[in-house]
Amino acid sequence: MHIPDGYLSPATCVTLYAACIPFWRTALGRVKKVMHSRQVPLLSLFAAFSFVIMMFNLPLPGGTTGHATGIGLATVVLGPWAAMLAVSVALVVQALFFGDGGVTAIGANCFNMAIAGSLVAYAVYRLLAGRSALASARRVVAAGLAGYVAINVSAFLAAVEFGIQPLLYKDATGAPLYCPYPLSVAIPAMMIGHLTIAGLAELAVSAGVVAFLQRSDLSLLRSTAGKIAVAAQTVALAGARPLRALWAGLAVFMVLTPLGILAAGSAWGEWMASDYANPAARAQMAAASFSHVAPPSPPQGLQRLSSVWTAPFARYAPPYIRGAAFGYVLSAMFGTGLIVLACLMLGRFTQSAARPGPAVP
Amino acid sequence: MSGVHPHKRGGFIENTLEGLHTAMERALYAEASASRGGLLQRLDPRVKVVGVFSLIAAVALATKLWLIAAVLTLAVLLAAFSAIPLRVLASRAWIAALLFSGIIAAPALFLTPGTSLYGLPITVQGARTAAFLVLRAETAATLMLVLIYTTPWMHVLKALRIFRVPVVAVVILGMTCRYILLMLETAHEMFESRKSRTVNAMTPAEQRRLAVAGSGVLLGKTLHMSGEVYLAMQARGFRGEVFLLEDFQMGKLDWLALGAFAALASASIWAGR
Repeated sequence: MHIPDGYLSPATCVTLYAACIPFWRTALGRVKKVMHSRQVPLLSLFAAFSFVIMMFNLPLPGGTTGHATGIGLATVVLGPWAAMLAVSVALVVQALFFGDGGVTAIGANCFNMAIAGSLVAYAVYRLLAGRSALASARRVVAAGLAGYVAINVSAFLAAVEFGIQPLLYKDATGAPLYCPYPLSVAIPAMMIGHLTIAGLAELAVSAGVVAFLQRSDLSLLRSTAGKIAVAAQTVALAGARPLRALWAGLAVFMVLTPLGILAAGSAWGEWMASDYANPAARAQMAAASFSHVAPPSPPQGLQRLSSVWTAPFARYAPPYIRGAAFGYVLSAMFGTGLIVLACLMLGRFTQSAARPGPAVP
Repeated sequence: MSGVHPHKRGGFIENTLEGLHTAMERALYAEASASRGGLLQRLDPRVKVVGVFSLIAAVALATKLWLIAAVLTLAVLLAAFSAIPLRVLASRAWIAALLFSGIIAAPALFLTPGTSLYGLPITVQGARTAAFLVLRAETAATLMLVLIYTTPWMHVLKALRIFRVPVVAVVILGMTCRYILLMLETAHEMFESRKSRTVNAMTPAEQRRLAVAGSGVLLGKTLHMSGEVYLAMQARGFRGEVFLLEDFQMGKLDWLALGAFAALASASIWAGR
């Protein structure tokens, strides 16, 4: 996923360099506060470690191998800010001395992998690990998924950066000057490989090493478990207080869902079979598709499959609710409830699967 | 960063050992090459860093293929005058960049809309965009190789101060470079000792377990080493303040080279509009 020189326009590169600066400054400030002068060798050594584990090619199902970036693992061990700096340093060294990633694209690569990757990995890890004990299997699952989601978010950002190039930069003959593939090609091309093989490598390394550390050196997992792990040990403590703000925010968003009614038309590619016969919908399709006119009748596959399943809340408007706004709110409540239920069941399942481990030190 | 590779012939241990060995070999070759007598080796590192980065920027801004090709020719000439053999450029920059960018650029020949090229199923616009992609990648890779094969790595990092890179960042980058070699050696020894105790082929699951355990052990060693390095730094008087010795001196040749690089980069940017 290292973007080489020549794939992104200078304007994109400069923008992403600029986007990295506030994160690097904040990260350096936060790391200094926590680790003081110890940060210098720690960050250097961890960056060197990230560099080396990228050379371990994991045999994966399907006869291929993949290597991990270590973003998830760095985040779980160091925390998001220190991980951001360590992975950035590894990326800079790779670009300067090993030809892996371009010099002009250092900002883009750091933004995608080090910055977005670390923040996403941390959010996923904390969300899924919850208050589980340091030695619980839930933390292994959380670390694996943190790495998996982080690498896919990084890949998605890179795909978007690639995909906007042909829209913005062409020469006099109409030839794209940088990455030639539009979003419709760049996103699937990047995501298929990362959602499957590269993501699996990341998942295996993050989960595997956390499981290894649980058996060999539990203290290395303590810095990012912090208060939550202690809270789990010392009974109820503040109860659900840390989650209160999240619940309140979620409620506000649910109430605001009727704002979706204000959006004109439907999302690109989410058309229904009946839209092909509707002149107004056809005009929207053409306007949203660079004036490409839709075929006169819906594709056969769409026609055939569109009647296979009828959602109870189709188009966020249950048939038995008259008010569109209330239908939106009800859909949001139902959807959110299902997700919360699924998360609770997953949490229960992973806790019951956990091996009895030592008490949190 | 993440990557996918088809299975190589050897097992996991052999392939990993080979990768680690290649990385170490390249780093050592760069150090040896930087101490040879050549045109660029004689220049101040700051001049080389500014010159190479300016030319890479000119290539990124160029909208004309001939200009990118001209900068590539210049990079090859610089390499030739700096005792970097062509076969080294070919094996370490050109083939790798061509394979990577060529695979990515090839579909653009067919997918880019435009006028057909001599009745073939490819378009003129597709051929141009593929050429832009491959030429830019080749030129930037060649320029960077010329820089790192003519300049000790620590000097490249110190020269980054010209771009206002903070001292602490330069120090961290320098330490990382130094410890990468140590880590590569540690990992190499770990896998070599495992290989010497392996008498049968390992299953993919066993190889995965070995890779994960190796990563875990290396992580433990990293953090242990970090503590030791910190104590050693403290013993030498480190109290949180980092300094760099600014020992570069600009001579007549350096000023001349700086002027030449500035003129070439400006002309390239102007001509490539």
